[in-house]
Amino acid sequence: MAAHTSSLADNPAELPGAAASVEAPHPDLALVERAKAGDTAAFEQLVRQYDRQIYRTALHITQNREDAEDITQDVFFKAFQKLDQFQGNSKFSTWLVRIAVNESLMRLRKRKTSKTVSMDQDVQTEEGSIPRDFAEWRPNPEQIYSQGELGDILRKTIAGLPPGFRTVFTLRDIENLSTEETAEALGLSVPAVKSRLLRARLQLRERLSRYFRKANEGSK
Amino acid sequence: MNCTDFLAKLTDYFDGQIDPDLLAEVKEHLGTCHHCEVVVNTTRKTIDIYRHSQPYEFPDDLSNRLRSAIMARCNASKEGAEAKAKLHAELMRDAQTRSSS
Repeated sequence: MAAHTSSLADNPAELPGAAASVEAPHPDLALVERAKAGDTAAFEQLVRQYDRQIYRTALHITQNREDAEDITQDVFFKAFQKLDQFQGNSKFSTWLVRIAVNESLMRLRKRKTSKTVSMDQDVQTEEGSIPRDFAEWRPNPEQIYSQGELGDILRKTIAGLPPGFRTVFTLRDIENLSTEETAEALGLSVPAVKSRLLRARLQLRERLSRYFRKANEGSK
Repeated sequence: MNCTDFLAKLTDYFDGQIDPDLLAEVKEHLGTCHHCEVVVNTTRKTIDIYRHSQPYEFPDDLSNRLRSAIMARCNASKEGAEAKAKLHAELMRDAQTRSSS
């Protein structure tokens, strides 16, 4: 599956797993309507609310801070220009994340000119998807490592995942999108998200276990 | 339920989207299989540690800098669009004046 680059429309009929919402209107919709009417302060409020999420999503996918900064700017500017295409059928934040994923994958493609980068890249690998390490993590990693050391381990570990797995894990488990929202943002089916999420979680667990198991054995 | 069946249900189990009958089978398997119990505990810890540690910082000064740059681009784009619309309206008005005289 290639990233969506042609349309920013948010028609749920085109998106597998997206359910029609019967809940009260999301508060973002009022800000979006004001922004559409020319109120840039309302749009700035939306930037304040979601810049962190968009930056982190871009950084997780690209693994490059400069790219993530550029992408964050481009995502919000593109959203501002295309606001009329947002019809409120999905959450505004999911719409932004979808733009961010597309921009991030495009950036990866530019960086690796000889390779195609998509959500499908390397997702066929079974490496690390079958549990092999059955050691408990005791004591907790937070008790063994400083925050800085732990951050290094987490960054290094997630960077080793294929982009397709890294992106699903980032949206679902770090940014806390629902499975359906993750599917919508990535243009994947719900079963495809679940399958990738399982493998991403198991691969990360296996990789982290190498560090935390070592620490457990006193050989940190 | 064997370990392979259990792994296939792991995502639904974590997400609380599992039928009660199947949940009972999952719990029964977990009660008898230490390896799967470890996999569940350490996978849950994997999720928790990433969600709570937030390995990438987003300091206020970066947020402020990005927001300023974004809003400068948006405002420039809006002003450009308004100027274009104004020019278009003036041209239309001139054309109407010429055709009526």
